[in-house]
Amino acid sequence: MNWLLVVAGAMAGAPLRYLTDRAVQSRLGPALPWGTFAVNVAGSLVLGLLTGAAAAGAAGPRLQLLLGTGLCGALTTYSTFSYETLRLAEKGAVRYAAVNVAASVAAGLGAAFAGAELARAVWA
Amino acid sequence: MTAPEAEGVRVRRAASPRPAWRAQAPVVAAVACGGGIGATVRYAVSLAWPAPAGGFPWATFLINVVGCAVMGAFMVVITEVRTPHRLVRPFFGTGVLGGFTTFSTYAVDIQRLIDAGHARAGLACLAATPLAALTAVGLAAAATRRLLTGKGKNSL
Repeated sequence: MNWLLVVAGAMAGAPLRYLTDRAVQSRLGPALPWGTFAVNVAGSLVLGLLTGAAAAGAAGPRLQLLLGTGLCGALTTYSTFSYETLRLAEKGAVRYAAVNVAASVAAGLGAAFAGAELARAVWA
Repeated sequence: MTAPEAEGVRVRRAASPRPAWRAQAPVVAAVACGGGIGATVRYAVSLAWPAPAGGFPWATFLINVVGCAVMGAFMVVITEVRTPHRLVRPFFGTGVLGGFTTFSTYAVDIQRLIDAGHARAGLACLAATPLAALTAVGLAAAATRRLLTGKGKNSL
């Protein structure tokens, strides 16, 4: 049952990442990897919120497997983030590569803290 | 002579958001299947190697570094060595590797460590993960390129 929850969440999260990336790229262009940035920050916010809810007793282990390990885990990605950064550096856009790493880490971490704070405000 | 043809093309384009969707459906399905597999492997690793309370989250760290190394090698193979079936990249790159690696767990692991007063472990994870992941993707891409195409022998 636990495995099925993870698979179900991931089978929604991974295509959601793909479609979000395409939608964002068609609007902002492929120069900077904004699509991956967007899903990573959004997923970090939701996982922070969910983990906070679980700590407050408002979310059970099943919901954590479905939405946390499955959905947020597959919605966000480190491999594409790294590869896109490498591509920027290989193209000579070293400054953009550095900005991508710094902005993704800062915004992702900020989103995780914001999610946890929000959970505390709502459920604790 | 060319006018009817051009018109035909225009009409078909204007009236056809559906075929675009139909072309996307197998890609989305491939991403979903790959994502399910990648996340299952990640879940298995996290069960086998649970993070100790307040300690460095080794499982997430290694998952992300290994996933980035495989991504670096895979992308060189499919972009520089051979042209694969059009569903290979969505299935394996976007799906399996994307579902295997995770940014949200990385961020929330750090947030929880810092919140619980383990700032040193949190900051170590914060810095070490992107450093190791970027090194892994770069080295794997360069090694694969050198091994399979013979290019970049002087750069490694």
